[in-house]
Formats: sequence, structure tokens, C-alpha cells
Amino acid sequence: MESAAVGGERGVPNAAFRARRRTLRRGWGRGRGRAVVWGLAAGVPLVFLGVFFAYPVVTLVARGFVTDGGLDLSAFAEVFGRDRTWRVIGLTLAQATAGTAIAVVLGVPGAYLLYRTSFRGRGLVRAFVVVPFVLPTVVVGVAFRSVLAPHGPLGFLGWDGTFAAIVAALVFFNYAVVVRTVGGFWANLDPRAEQAARALGAPPWRAFLAVTLPALTPAIASAAAIVFLFCATAFGVVLVLGGLRYGTVETEIWVQTTQMLDLRSAAVLSVVQLVVVAGVLAAAGRARTRRERALALGAPERVTAPRLALCGPDRRVGDRSAAVVTGVVVLGLLGMPLGTVLFRSLRTGSGWGFGNYANLATTGGPNTLNVTVWAAALTSLRTAVDATVIAVVVGGLVALVVSRRPRARGARRAVSLLDAVFMLPLGVSAVTVGFGFLISMHRPLGLDVDLRGSTVLIPIAQAVVATPLVVRTVLPVLRAIDSRLHEAAAVLGAGPARVLAHVDWPMAARSLGLAVGLAFAVSLGEFGATSFLARPDRPTLPVVIFRLIGRPGADNLGMAFAACVLLGAMTAAVMALAESLRSGAAGEF
Amino acid sequence: MARPVRIIMVVGALTALGGLAACSAIGGNSPDGDAPDAAADAGTVVLVTHDSFALPDELIATFEADTGLTLETRAPGDGGALVSQLILTKDDPLGDVVYGIDNSFATRAIDEGILEPYTPDAAVQKYAVDDKGYLTAIDVGDVCINVDHEWFAEAGIPEPTTLQDLTDPTYRDLLVVTNPATSSPGLAFVLATIGAFGEDGWVDYWAALRDNGVQVAAGWSDAYYVDFSGPSSEGERPLVLSYASSPPFEVPEGADAAPTGALLDTCFRQVEYAGVLAGAANPEGARAVVDWLLSPEVQAAIPDNMYMYPVTDVALPDSWLTFAPLAPEPFTVDPSLISQNRDDWIQAWTDTVIG
Repeated sequence: MESAAVGGERGVPNAAFRARRRTLRRGWGRGRGRAVVWGLAAGVPLVFLGVFFAYPVVTLVARGFVTDGGLDLSAFAEVFGRDRTWRVIGLTLAQATAGTAIAVVLGVPGAYLLYRTSFRGRGLVRAFVVVPFVLPTVVVGVAFRSVLAPHGPLGFLGWDGTFAAIVAALVFFNYAVVVRTVGGFWANLDPRAEQAARALGAPPWRAFLAVTLPALTPAIASAAAIVFLFCATAFGVVLVLGGLRYGTVETEIWVQTTQMLDLRSAAVLSVVQLVVVAGVLAAAGRARTRRERALALGAPERVTAPRLALCGPDRRVGDRSAAVVTGVVVLGLLGMPLGTVLFRSLRTGSGWGFGNYANLATTGGPNTLNVTVWAAALTSLRTAVDATVIAVVVGGLVALVVSRRPRARGARRAVSLLDAVFMLPLGVSAVTVGFGFLISMHRPLGLDVDLRGSTVLIPIAQAVVATPLVVRTVLPVLRAIDSRLHEAAAVLGAGPARVLAHVDWPMAARSLGLAVGLAFAVSLGEFGATSFLARPDRPTLPVVIFRLIGRPGADNLGMAFAACVLLGAMTAAVMALAESLRSGAAGEF
Repeated sequence: MARPVRIIMVVGALTALGGLAACSAIGGNSPDGDAPDAAADAGTVVLVTHDSFALPDELIATFEADTGLTLETRAPGDGGALVSQLILTKDDPLGDVVYGIDNSFATRAIDEGILEPYTPDAAVQKYAVDDKGYLTAIDVGDVCINVDHEWFAEAGIPEPTTLQDLTDPTYRDLLVVTNPATSSPGLAFVLATIGAFGEDGWVDYWAALRDNGVQVAAGWSDAYYVDFSGPSSEGERPLVLSYASSPPFEVPEGADAAPTGALLDTCFRQVEYAGVLAGAANPEGARAVVDWLLSPEVQAAIPDNMYMYPVTDVALPDSWLTFAPLAPEPFTVDPSLISQNRDDWIQAWTDTVIG
């Protein structure tokens, strides 16, 4: 409570503060201790990322550039000499840009509606929008194509197998990322600036454009960067909806690595992917830091979401347009494919009913599976718990370190580099990571353990992907804490640990629930690198779904859809739970 | 929200998360986990296979009891990815024995030196790839065009029977196949056309198919469930690339006629092999696994669990005998020819059909 009160007072540090700060900096022993602590906080995540991401990826890419023991870069000329390469790069950028732009434009109104207004059923809608994020692409592909195929309900659009279908699917998957990242930040934004603008006579749209939107920029840039990376590395959905005609760098890497074993081409394409990703991250980082300067996060009790006002004397135009846009997205873009999944899960070989759900307790029509779907769901949950714990610890540490703004220039550079480096797992092909694991995890770091068949590697692989999401969710909140709060606390005699506990933690805790939820969702749905590490005796839910939909017959298809509904319901439940944890914790401070 | 309710929710959430944590995968390894049976320990043998591998638990338990081995399976991807991975990890093999290399990848696997020669006496020579015995055929299956009988009966059009028929304008816009670059049945069907029309004629055949409106899906699920018109599908095309073993799955309980069928003159024969991996930590165990895969018990279990046909003479399930006969004369292509030309063929196919 006291920290929040201090947050409300935006006093200017006086001369005494500054003097005290100088003394603190002069305290050599103390400074050294701090360096060790911060070094550890940065070191643990770096080692994790180094061992479980950089090492495998570099090992695999290096194989592509080494011929007969010598470095051979001729593959570059060869790959760039193909027209197809340029077409694929262009298509990757086009798809990811279009997908990101549309997801942001549609997602911001959704963030407003779901995080700045209150209405009956809001929690349900919040949980619902995350469901697409975890669904296996092979099922979404079938659901999307059922809707878009010439005989489907939207067949008249003629979108089957087109660029538009791919972009629609990318928005379908990533809408939640924008809504939740922007919404989580928006929910904590001090509304008084906008209220002041309104009181001074600005119309609502102007107050939004001039005050709120600039304040939201860091969160929007964060969300856009994540969505861009997800879109640029989308694989299954691009293949199913567009075929190789709309191939991307990612599908090309997949074909070259798994089917042709042309590691030279794959290595060049991996480098291309890395360059694109680094460029996007740099651009997003610049957009972010320009704005991310001590934004006023309101004390929780002051940030209240007013009731949605669509009609009556208090009606607001903004509320109306947000409600219309979000309604169309949720019911149309999200609702139709999800509805198709639900609808088909209720159709059995002999009519309609819950037969497919009853079958989840079995191993499917003649031994399609070797475990029941429920058992696979339990495996998924257990794996997700581990992945979430790892991701939250690693991601939390990264966010904490990156949220500091050291005064030394070198240290500042190092901090922003750290930030960018932890985004890379989202932008590097799952195939590269998965195959990299196979050739590097035999005796990692010279230890005598073969991690490749171990169940430990699966949650780790998922945590590598989930960590950037945790960082991006927690970081904007931590960064927005006024650094004068830290100094004030230090002046008042609080040690670094106490500052963390009383200043950073109460603020960060508000976003932590969200981070846990997202990490859990990523882990439940991950089917990239994990699919290369699968253990047939203990399959996860996405593995089981993949298998069911790969078999003929109404029973197997129906079970695949029912299992998908189960996966979606699990995700929604976890998100709702994480959400309640969040508001509960925030209420305590 | 009233405060007590909120507190209850928080407590509930924490309890639930705590409960989950208690059964985490790393923390609480389940009792049926990796610990080898100390009583009869001949070590662990690691079987590397594709993601379609499945055999009943009882069979595996019997194998472990008989040999004292502990069988561990790893399935790092589909058929093509499997061979790629084995080649990549040649120096530190992923396991002791592999099952699931098919005839389109067999020669590459042998040439890359990932295998150790071993063939049990019971091996079926008909499908041998080479004379050194690197690989042992375990099961076979036919990739064939499947036909929706009801659709053709309703339309009053005679069903096609041969590959050549599919280019007939009568069957315009009726066929969906899968992409050979991304789907293994897709590659098998391209091989069928190469077997049928020869290396000089198959590209022209595909040009004719393209002109006759063939649709290409990325994968099997997509083609079968979205585009095919069969009873469990929603599509409009009555001809789909699938397997000879698919029709029984569409037969309603108690029915004596299948609503779909395989066109047996359009098939490519896939053969799946097992072999001992070079550098295996447990070569003896690996050989025992190959023997076991050829045993009558496993061979009899293959149709119901892996949807392939056993190579030895064990009885097929009744529904397979009725609804899923193998092609009498499937098309074949010499495995070494496939190995040499696979990438070029896929490229030629892509240039012709996708453009």
C-alpha cells in the first residue's frame, strides 16, 4: 500500500536525494555486491539460453557451412542465386507484416473492451480469445479450410488456398497476444492524464490519440514484435492453407532440413531468418524505448474499469466502436473456425452426441493411440507446469535486469542487447532448434547424459519459447515504474532486496498472473521443437491430436476434434485461473 | 467482486497450481518411468521409429519379460525426417535399432552408413533392398487412389480404374492428391506414376492431370477430411490419394458393403524396414528387436495398430480381407533409383504442377 502511495506522489528528487545517491555509488563494497547479484540475475538466464538455444542452433547451422573440415560459404551464392529464395523472403515479410498490422488494428479495440471496461461475461471472453493460440495448426488448418473451401459457409469469398486465408489464420492465432499484452498494460495505466485532456475540452478521439495511444506505444510495440515473430515463423498453417506456392523461409527450412537434408541451403535460410528477426527486433526496440520512460502506472485502486456504456445517456462512441470491432472478430474470425471444431466434435459416425467425448477415455478406434486422451492431457499439464516454472523464473530475471537503466553507457547497451537476445527463440525455426537438440544434446557440456530421449528436454524446449512472452508481459510494467521510487526507497534506507520486495514486486505481481497464463498456454500448445523430442510412450495432447487426425474414419476425426475442444477448455480454464490470481494479488497491495 | 469471493478464488487457484506442481513431469517421475527392471536386467534397448509407431503394451511387456531387455522408444518425426535425423546423429546414434525406414529412403540410409548389417533367418527376401542385409522388411502397404462409391453411383458415372483414366475429362476436377515435398503418400503416388509411365513419361502425365483439374493439398488429413467427399469427410471431390487400408475405417458397424474403395491399379507399394544402427550401444538388444518385429505376434498386431500389412504369412483381420485387399500388381521403383533422383523428381513435379 505504501509503495503505491509513493507512486502517486510525483515529487522531484531534491538535493539531499542526489547527495545520498553519490554516497551510495561511492560505497565500493556495496557496489561490488550489487554487481555480483545483478551479474547472477543476468547470468542464470544467459546460461539457460546459451545451452538450450544458442548451442543447438549454432551447432546445426555450423554443419551447413563446414565442408570437409573447412569453412565453405559458397552456399550463400547458390541459395541467393535462386529466384525462389527471393520470392520466399518477400512472401515471409508480406505475410508477417500483413498479419501483424491486422492483428494490432483489431487487437487494440479488443484490449480496451476487455481490460478498460467491465461487462457481464468479460472473464469468459478474455479466456475465450486465448484458445486459438494453443490449438494445433493441423486441426486449425482443417477447420479453416472447412469454412473457406468452395463448399464451406464462406466458400463464396474464394479464399481457399490464397494469401488472404493465410493472413486470416495468422490473425486468428495471434489476436490474443495483442489483446493481452496491450490490455494488461492498459489496465494499469493511470487514467488521469486522459481525464485531464477531456476536462480541458479535448473530444474523446483526440484525448485517445494524443494521450492514451502514445502511452500505450511500448505495449503495442512489444505485442507487434511478438506477433511478427510468430507470423514469420508460422509453419503448419502456411503449408495447409497456402501450400508450397506461398512458401515462407520457415516452410523452406523445414523442407530442406527434414525432407531433403540439404543442410547447406537450410543454414543459409536460417541466417536469413535471423537477420530478418534481428532487424525487426531492433526497430521494435527503438519504437519502444523512445516511449518507455517512466509512464504513470496508476495505483490499482484508482484504475477502475467503468461499465461498458453502449446506450443510454452515458453512452460512449469509443465503447460502441470497440464493441462492434471486437464482436465481429470474436464471433466471426475466432468464432467460425472454433465453432467448426466444436460442431464437428459433436458429430459421431452414427449421428450427433457426446460419443467422441466418451471416447476420450479410450485409446481410439482399433488402437489408434497407445494411451487414452485423458492420460495425454495429464502429461501435457505436467509438462506445462515444469515449462511454466522455468519460463517464469528465467523470464522474470531477464525482465528484472532489463528493466534497470544503468548510467554507464556500456552497461546500458548490454542491457538492451540482453533484451533482444531473449526474443530470438520466437524468431528461429523450430526445425532448426529441434534438429539442433538432436545433434547437441547427446553429451551437453561434456556431461555424460543423453538428454535427447529424456522427458526433461521437452519442458525445457517449451520454456525457451515461452520465456520471451514472460519477458514481454512483465517488462513494460517494470519499466514503467518511476526510477525515483527506487531512489526514494534507497534514501529511506531500504537495501536492494527490500526495494525489490516493496517497489518492484507489487507492480510486477500484477502482470505475473498474465505471464504465467501465457507461458502455460504456449507450453500446452507447443508442437514445434517438441515434436522432434516426442516420446511415443508418453505423448502430449497435441501429439495425440496430430495422430488422431492422421487416421481415416469418422471416429478418429471426431475424437481429434473432441480432444481439441479439451485442449481449448484446459487453456481457457488456466487463463481464467491465472487471471483471478492476478486481480487477487493486485488487490492485496 | 466481493472480497471474500476473491480470496476464495485466490486460495483455489493456489491450491490448484500447487496440486499441479506436485505432479510435475520433471519432479515426480511416474512409477512406470525409465527405471529399468532390476530383476532381469539385460539393459535398455532404444528403438528409434516414426510417429506412427504403435504396438499393444502387452506385446511390449512380453518382449521385455522374455529377453530381460527394457524397450524404450523415441519417435522424432515422420518417415522422411526420421532418416534425416539418423544421418545427422550418425556419430552419436539416437538409439540401437530403427524401424520405419521405407523404400523411398532405404538406399539413402544404407549409403550414408547409418546401419549395421543384420537380417534374421525369418526375413522375407522378396523385399530385400541389397544383398548385404542392412535392412529387414517388416510390413508393407499400398498407397492408392480411394474412390467414393456413393458419389459415383449418384452421379451415374462409371468409376475410373487406371491412372490413365484420371486424365479423362469425365473425371475433371474430381481428384485431390497431396504434395510430394511435404507428404509421404504424395511422394509415393509420384513414384507410382514414375513406375507406370517411366522416367520419360511421368512429367507429361502430371501435366495432363494438372490440366484436368487435380487439386494438391499439403498433407493427408487435409486432403482426406476437407476435400474428399467420403462419409467422414465434407468435401466435394470423390477421388482422393490415400491407402489401400483406408476403406475398412469407413464401413459402418454391421454393414457388409464399404462406402469407399481403393483403385488397385493406381497403387505404389511402400515397404517399411527395420535395421540395427551402426554404433549401437546395445547391438544384441537391437538384433532381438528386429527378430521380435518379425515374430508372428507382432506381425499379427501390425494391421490394427499401424495400418500396414504384415510381410509374413499371418492372418489379416476379417474386415481387411473383405474391404482392404492389397494391389495384386502395384507399381514399384528401384530403391536406389529413388535415392538418386528423389530431390530432382520432387523439383520437376513442383515445376510442373505448382509452377
